[in-house]
Amino acid sequence: MTMILRAGDVVVDDWMVLEDGRTDPPPAGGRVIVTLARWRAERETLLAAHDAVAVLVPNTADIEEVYAQIADRPLIVLQFPAFTDGRALSQAVVLRKRLGFKGELRAIGDVIRDLVFWLGRCGFDSIVPRHDQNLHACREALREITVAYQAAADAHAPVWIRRRAGAAVN
Amino acid sequence: MYRYDDTDRALVTQRVEQFRDQTRRYLAGELTEDEFRQLRLRNGLYQQRHAPMLRISVPYGLLESAQLRKLAAVVRKYDKGYGHFTTRQNIQLNWPKLEQVPDLLGELAEVQLHAIQACGNDTRNITADYLAGVADDEHTDPRPYAELLRQFVTLNPEFYWLPRKFKFAFIGATVDRAATRTNDVAIHLVRRENGAIGYRVFVGGGLGRLPLLGREMNPFVPESDLLCYACAVLRTFNRFGRRDNIHKARIKIVLRDWGEERFRAALEQEYARIKASIEGEELRLLPEDIERMRAHFKPPAYRSAAEAGADVAALAQQHAAFAAWLKRNVRRHKMPGYRIVLVSLKAPDHVPGDCSAEQFEVLAEVSAAHSFGELRSTYDQNLVLADVAERDLYDVWRKLDAAKLATPNIGLVTDIVCCPGLDFCGLANASSIGVAHEIYRRFDTLDAQYEIGPIRITISGCMNGCGHHSVGHIGILGVDKHGEEWYQVTLGGSPGNDAAVGERIGRALARGEIAEGVERLIRTYLELRSDEEETFIECYRRVGIAPFKVCLYGSESEAAAA
Repeated sequence: MTMILRAGDVVVDDWMVLEDGRTDPPPAGGRVIVTLARWRAERETLLAAHDAVAVLVPNTADIEEVYAQIADRPLIVLQFPAFTDGRALSQAVVLRKRLGFKGELRAIGDVIRDLVFWLGRCGFDSIVPRHDQNLHACREALREITVAYQAAADAHAPVWIRRRAGAAVN
Repeated sequence: MYRYDDTDRALVTQRVEQFRDQTRRYLAGELTEDEFRQLRLRNGLYQQRHAPMLRISVPYGLLESAQLRKLAAVVRKYDKGYGHFTTRQNIQLNWPKLEQVPDLLGELAEVQLHAIQACGNDTRNITADYLAGVADDEHTDPRPYAELLRQFVTLNPEFYWLPRKFKFAFIGATVDRAATRTNDVAIHLVRRENGAIGYRVFVGGGLGRLPLLGREMNPFVPESDLLCYACAVLRTFNRFGRRDNIHKARIKIVLRDWGEERFRAALEQEYARIKASIEGEELRLLPEDIERMRAHFKPPAYRSAAEAGADVAALAQQHAAFAAWLKRNVRRHKMPGYRIVLVSLKAPDHVPGDCSAEQFEVLAEVSAAHSFGELRSTYDQNLVLADVAERDLYDVWRKLDAAKLATPNIGLVTDIVCCPGLDFCGLANASSIGVAHEIYRRFDTLDAQYEIGPIRITISGCMNGCGHHSVGHIGILGVDKHGEEWYQVTLGGSPGNDAAVGERIGRALARGEIAEGVERLIRTYLELRSDEEETFIECYRRVGIAPFKVCLYGSESEAAAA
């Protein structure tokens, strides 16, 4: 049973990753995560065999280009091969802000507690910390800094807009 | 001076607490060395040779008296009683203790100072013209724009984990006094005949291993789109910057590999997408946003020039040292009755850029009494009192002179730009401070310096180029050869409007040869120059590198082999 952060709570993960290389028949039913390549190749089969299908997008993909194929997915998963590799942060902001993705957005990979705050601001509502990380500490990290200068994909409005005459204080 | 409001204060304070917790977890063994390294760098903390180094951000080089007083107190309490001004207008402390850094940052936060994103792969301190607001060639003060951009990039979550460091620099004048094109992004404010303000943007500059100058990407981004365009550049870099090789990770490599056309197309596409979306609505600046920011940088309450005061000309006749200082370190001001005073941090036997606690205190006092409480740092490691009334000049000189801050050598051969080098830095291959001192001693007399005229000598102790060797008229790069210190010399570099990367002259010189080599280069210039008006760089550009090679390496055949 894997515990993850979802919408700021520690919960049991109800998704299963379906590895590309698997040769045995995938288990029927359930909620599965597949790679973008597999999703493109086996879309109908996957939908018929599972309750729900989520897509893992490589952090090198042009999110704008692939969005049409994944816009209706309940969960999109983005990768952090190293916690210092911020490519998926840009993918997340574009997904949330520009493309208006409203489903669950998940971060996986080398997710340490000190990445969590930045993930939260970029619109990830589903975070799978690295196995050695303390989940409760990760949850606290979401609120490490409560003010922000700029908008990202969370509730903060840009400071230059908040400072405008008559702007409601945020 | 930008004044913090509740948002700025809360952000800086909470940031200190975030780092305090990270430091605690590291010391408790809960964070690995590699993990903590990334976190501390983003708080200005760099591991040097002997101890951690803390780099404090000085946005666009602007400081005020209260900050200078605090810096004096902080370097006494947490360091060995001095700080160091860098080529990016920042201040570095060489000897803080890791476990005390959170407290140190807490004290700095009391006076609007911080070390956020001072190191690490993120957007670094934004630099600008050190004569912003006072230069007579300025059409638009760049500081309000630099501050708006500073707020956009500070703790911006999308761009907190970039492929590599990322530097912006601004000017709004004819003369480039911020070495802008050595930055990843250079923003030149432009004002069209109809009064419309915009930005001429250069991308892809950078020093280090592959020194390149920024190339023009857009001749006129409208004033409202500063953040839209900056977001597009940062996002393009975040997405396409290489992450497989730290030496190829700067945006200049993407530009080089793709070519200008492809890069511009990608950037313009992202810019257009941003503008057409909700992002554009949030990022677009309204005239009132810019006006509000401009109010932070209003000119001070200049007094009428007619007020009587000391007779500067008469005093200069009596005091030769004062006269020399007036000539070399004092500049025209756009306001009649006022002068710009350049404060030299290049006294004899002084580490270029170093500033002691006592000097910080003198600068706090002098700036409060004579320059509306403000001081600026420059990219060549000097300081500026930007608004000194003419009749105060003599008092200012006496106070600065007593503190060894009035060496009349701005822009001359002893005004050497120099990184900390092997004496402090963990990256350095060779010492730079010692070399600077040796060169200094060879030209110590003022007559010799004035005879030589304007020249820019820059020294870096390694490839990373913090001492800007690639853009020195005479650039010196320390290299390690089998455990010995050697120095490669480049000629003809320049950071300004005539920006150029220097050309390597030949084989490296040994530690014992380098000062002599520099002296020979300068003597050769004195022999070659067409008249006393022709500067070193002008002469070099006219005659080329060949005669300088001969003076270093002997005959033409030996020079060719070097």
